[in-house]
Order: sequence, then structure tokens, then C-alpha cells
Amino acid sequence: MRQFLLARLAQAGIVALVVGALCFALMRVLPGDAAMRIAAGRYGPDARIAEAADKVRLELGLDRAWPVQFLDWLASLVQFDLGHSLVTGAPVVDELKVQLGASVWLAAAAIMLSLLIGPTIGVFCGLKPNGWTDRLGLAGSVILRSLPPFVLGLILMLVFAIWLGWLPPAGFGTWRDLALPALTLALGLAAVSSRVTRDAIATVVKAPYFVFARHKGLPEAAVVWRHGLRNAAIPVVSYLGLQAIYLVEGVVVVESIFAYPGIGHALVHAIVERDIPMVQGTALAMGLIFVAVTAAVEAASAWLDPRLRRTQ
Amino acid sequence: MRVALFVACVAIALSTLSSMAQERMLRVAGPWEIAGVDPAQSGYVFSRLQVAETLVSANATGKLMPGLAQKWSVSDDGLTWRFTIRTDAIFHDATPVTADAAAASLKRAHAGVGVLTQLPISEIASDGQDVVIRLKKPFAAVPAYLVNFSTIVLAPASYDASGKVTRIIGSGPYQVKSLTPPLKLELKGADNWWGGEPGISEVSYLAVGQGETRALMAESGEADLVFSMLPVSVERLKRNPKLDVHIATIPRTRIIKLNAAAPFFDDVKERQAISYTIDRAGITKVILRNADLNATQLFPPALAGWHVADLKPLTRDVDAAKRLLAEAGWTPGPDGILQQGGKRFSVTLLTYASWPELPPIATALQAQLREVGIDVKVSVGNSSEIPSRHQDGTLEMGLISRLYSIVPDPIGTLLEDYRPGGSDWGAMGWSNDELQTLVEKLAATSDPRERAALQKRAVEMLQEELPSIPVTWSELAIVANKRITGVQVDPFEVNYGLASVRWAE
Repeated sequence: MRQFLLARLAQAGIVALVVGALCFALMRVLPGDAAMRIAAGRYGPDARIAEAADKVRLELGLDRAWPVQFLDWLASLVQFDLGHSLVTGAPVVDELKVQLGASVWLAAAAIMLSLLIGPTIGVFCGLKPNGWTDRLGLAGSVILRSLPPFVLGLILMLVFAIWLGWLPPAGFGTWRDLALPALTLALGLAAVSSRVTRDAIATVVKAPYFVFARHKGLPEAAVVWRHGLRNAAIPVVSYLGLQAIYLVEGVVVVESIFAYPGIGHALVHAIVERDIPMVQGTALAMGLIFVAVTAAVEAASAWLDPRLRRTQ
Repeated sequence: MRVALFVACVAIALSTLSSMAQERMLRVAGPWEIAGVDPAQSGYVFSRLQVAETLVSANATGKLMPGLAQKWSVSDDGLTWRFTIRTDAIFHDATPVTADAAAASLKRAHAGVGVLTQLPISEIASDGQDVVIRLKKPFAAVPAYLVNFSTIVLAPASYDASGKVTRIIGSGPYQVKSLTPPLKLELKGADNWWGGEPGISEVSYLAVGQGETRALMAESGEADLVFSMLPVSVERLKRNPKLDVHIATIPRTRIIKLNAAAPFFDDVKERQAISYTIDRAGITKVILRNADLNATQLFPPALAGWHVADLKPLTRDVDAAKRLLAEAGWTPGPDGILQQGGKRFSVTLLTYASWPELPPIATALQAQLREVGIDVKVSVGNSSEIPSRHQDGTLEMGLISRLYSIVPDPIGTLLEDYRPGGSDWGAMGWSNDELQTLVEKLAATSDPRERAALQKRAVEMLQEELPSIPVTWSELAIVANKRITGVQVDPFEVNYGLASVRWAE
């Protein structure tokens, strides 16, 4: 256990370093004058950007050599200081608290919803492979996964905000605002996890222990509950870890169309405005979340499948 | 199925609960995000939503009105301006608005990057109830500059020890209740605003970047007042019986910025030919869906005194364009593209996506210019690339959206755009001594009759010389739910008059 945690901690450290260095390098090689971009980000396209850029360059010391700027960031990071946003001037940590918090809520709600929808449907489909539920499930999953999140988001807005009038099309702060963006993400996630569950269940259903459980006369519900779910959950849980990637890609789009102040929204703006500390901070947070998710998935898999613990 | 039913039931139950809790708050949505509290950055949000006030204000026709300053005057030599602060204005932290506090805010604005840096100011000081601005040379439009959002007056407690703004303590009818940058701002009525009590005491503002989402906010009734609608949504919203759509033409013009030093545009005939090629009526009708935005001259009719009604309008005339290009020495090459001395008429049109309509207009221009044998490549980048490529001289053509009411008197923008050597958003590789003298004279003249003649001449010169080519004007479309009344449209976007909005009973 201790070894497991230490390994994860080392992994987190390496991720922090690599992500920070990569962001820094990528932002440097992007074309265009950083001071100009920052000035446009701060003062908008109507301002005297060239004059403002000169002041920005002086204020932020952008003309210092790049190794000096990078070492500066690294030294601050060691002291857990992510610096200040070049655009808003606020500490990156404060911005992350708001934005990361909002995104974590959104992602958690999306995963919960997707777990309610995806595996449930997957179990029904998997119990009778190639039955009509399975075919319907496949069709639904193909349609939902092939719709880009922004189209799905707009459709949900039309249905729930305009036709039914139940939920607001945009905003944040209450659970009502969270519902539509979370559902948009959840449907995309569920589209795939329902199929993974279906395949897992279909395999389990054919397994000798499952057939035996049926033969010994257990009621179907008990068979599924005791012998089906846990065995089928192993691939589904490992797949959850991969879905974190879809979430990261999804929040960027979903947050923008639903006017939701999360980390994806912040990252897009930070990149456009060349706000290097914000880019580094957000990417770092995302990287660390990824490490945490992988660790959690690994722990969950080990709990579900004793064989994994024994091989360790 | 069961899951869907369950989700639906929960949704209905909770939505009724929370809509009860949200009753009676004026919900406003607009595209502007709040990127930091510095007045030069987001002062316009606080000024438009009436949290902070400027010394001078402007009405819907651009006429200057008293703001925090009751009156103002200038000395006979035109060098000393005095603005008398009203005695009944109070900041939201209950301290009085004094000339001292106002002068401190202005000094800070002058040291920053806002419009005050463009004035020949030698000193800003306070003298009793007056703010005194001393100039190095006479400048008639000082009060107009004090309408700009970067000059909002904040309470001394708004600044930290280093002079940085940490929070907005203004003097308007609304005070900040909570701010979640960059998207949300909640306001409540201030206790003793000098202009009376606001009609609705609670306001929440949400920044919604996507135009489609804003339209849906209006349609679903989740927002009472939504600013800046996309042209494609306006028609649909107009048909909605629950909504009122208000549209005003604002002093913002989409222009082609040309590098007049490039061999393609150094002859005025070439610039006129480009102008004759543009199908403004088509662009306004198809892309902007509002034929009134056809920019037949630089300034729209909303800018009284700057729009010259009897000026020969810019129109489309492809034959005239071809003739002018031939006169300028361009002949069709084997591939149909014009050439001169072996050089093809092939240019890059740079634009940016901060304004969603610019890229489609750029591609329309590309097709239209191809008709006369000009090959245009459209490049869509970041807004900062226009000034950046202006500075390094590599810009050929740019499609930009230029605001002429950064100060309500366009002289501010003209001084900037057509100064010798050009400027970021103005002329490039072009200068004209007569216009220069005219604009400088205008800057020092305050007599309206004397100014009118000068303004007219300046507009005529810009129409003849076309250092930048007007394409379309712009509109501000506001959607209000019929639940509210008293909505005003301010083409100068100084102040949205939320305080006079009321619930319709």
C-alpha cells in the first residue's frame, strides 16, 4: 500500500514537471508576440494594443531570457506558488479554486449520470445479446457518440429549456444550471460505457460459473447480482479511467456553450491570450487529476479482482 | 425508461422549487466577460451596469450630460478644465464622492493604458469641489474623454497599497453583491444614489459567450434582458410574442484597413476600385440581415454631425472598378488575375474571430474581389495580429471592426487613426497633410458651428481618399422579455439604464 502511494506521488511529481515544461515550451514556439496577445486579452480588441503591449512587456518582464523565466516558475512551484495570471492579475490558485471546483462538480455529476444510464442499459443489452434491447442500445449509442458535444448540447437546450421549459440553457451556481451540461457529457460517456458493459456482461453470461449459477436454480436477479455484476464491472471500471480523457475534451466545448466557468473554458482563454501561468496551472491541475483518477481506478480494480492483488 | 422517468420527475420537482426562489431578480445576459477588475480592462461592464460612474455621461444621441460632475468649464486659454463634483454623490462604502477621490481615480487612469493617456495632460489635481485638469495645449474634447469607462471614479478603498484596484466600490445605483470572474456578477440596489432608487433592486449578470446560447436564454425566459444578438437569431426572436427586440445602429464600422504603401493600394484609383467592387447591399442583406447597415460612408447616421447626408454614397459598380484598375496599370493575366509588370494582384486579407461576423464577410469580399481579377487569401487570426502586422509593415489588407465612440466624440478616434504614420486600427502607409491640419484644428475647436464645417470636410476627404474602406455599419440588438418595461438602447454603450427598468404589471 505504501509502495503504491509512493509510486503515485513520484508519478505526480514527474507529471508536474513534464506538463509545466511542455506548456512553457509550446507557448514559446506558438507564433505571434506574447505581449500583444496578453494586451489584447486584457484590454479587448478596441484598445491601443501596441502601446498597451509595451507596458505589458515591461510590467511582466517578458523580455527576460526564457531560461530565467522558466526557472522562476519552477522555483515558485516548489513553494506551491503557481504565480499570477498575466491577464487578470489574480493569483492562479484563486482562479483555479473557482474554475477547478466548478469543473469537478460538472465532471462528477456527468460521471454519476453516465453510470446511472450507461451500465444500466448495458446490463439489459448484455443479458440478451442481439435481442431488440441490444440493437436499440447499439443504435442509441452510435447516434449519441457520433454527435459532437456542441450539437448534443444545443439539442438538449432546445428540448429542456425551450420546449419543456424545465432547465436554464446556461448559467451556473445551482444544480439546475449543472443539469444540462452534465447530461450532455453523461450521454456521450454512457454511449460508450453501455457498450463496454454490454460486452462484459455478454462474456460473463457465457462463463461456466454463470451458467452453473442458473442451473442450480437461483432466481435471475440473484444470479446477475451475485455472479454477474462484479465480474462484469472489472473492464467497465478500467474503462472509466480512459473516459477521463473524453471528459477533459468534453468540458472545453460544453463549458463554452453553457457559459459555465470551468477549467476547460479557462484553458481555452488562457491559450488564446498567452497567459502562460494560467495555462501551466490548468494543465498541471488536469494532469494531477489524471494521475489521481488512474490511481483510483487501479485501486478499484484491485478491490474488484483479487487476482490482481495476488500478482502484486 | 425508469431512469428517464425518475430524472424527469426530479427535474420537474426541483425546477419548480428553484424558480420560486429566484423570483424577482432582473437577469441580464451579455457577451462580455469580466477579465479582472481593473477599470481599463472591464470598466465598461461596471459602467454599463451602472455600478461605477464617470464624471461626464452621454445620452442616446451622443450629447454630453452631467455625470458625477455637475458642470464643467474651460479657461479662456483652453488649457485648464474644471469639473465640479456634485455634492450628493456617495460611494457604496458610505464615504462621499469628493474631488480628491475623483482626481485620484483619474490620475491612475492617466498612468495606465486607457484613453486619458492620449490627452496632452500636464496635471490632474483637486481644488475644493473641483477636479482640475491642466493641459499642455488646448484640447476641446476633454469632457468627451471623461465618458470613457476607463475613467470611472472609484472609492479610495477600492485600491490596495500599491494603487491596484482590488474591488469595485463605485457610486452608481447598483453595488456589487458578488463577483465570480469571469462570468457572473450579482448586484443589489445602492442605498442612496443621487439619481433616486433603481426600479428593480436585484440584478444578476451572466456572461454568455455563445450567441446561440444567448438567444436560447431569451427564448426560455431564463434571462429578462439579453444584449448583442446574432443576426441569424434576430428574425426568430422578433416572431416570439413574449419578447421585445430593440435594434440600434451603433458607431462601429467594419472597414477594410489597407496598406496604402503596398504597390497594390498606393494609387487612390486602386482603393476606389476595391470600394466599387464591394457588394455592400448583398453583405448586409445576407450576412447581417439588416439592409440599414450598408456603409455608404464611414460614419452611420447615429453620429450626428459626422454623417453627411448629401455625400455621394459608396456603391457597387464593377465596370467602374475594372476601368479604374486598368487606369492604374493593371491588366488581366493568363489566369484571369490582374498583373502589373509581372506582379500578380494577389493579397492576403487578415481578419479575426472576436467578432463572429468578420470571417464570413471576409470570404464574401474574397469572392467579390475575384470578379475583377484580384486574388485574395483570407487568413483568420487573433485580434492582436492586426496591430502586430501593422507595426512590422507586413499587413496587406485587414477586415476590422472599428469603434468610433470609444469617446462619444469621433474626433478621439480620428486623431488616433489618421495621425502621421497611421495607427494600429487606422490608416497604414497613408498620410494627408490637409486632413491632419483639419483634425488638429477640430481637436482645439469647441464652437459647434465652426466644428460642423470642419467635420464635413474631414468626412468628404476620407470618402474621396479611402485610406480605409467602409464595408458595413454595426447594430446592437437587445432582447427584452415583456415582463419588463423601460428598456433603453444606448448606441454609445455608455450605460444601459438598468436603473430605470421596471417590472411590467
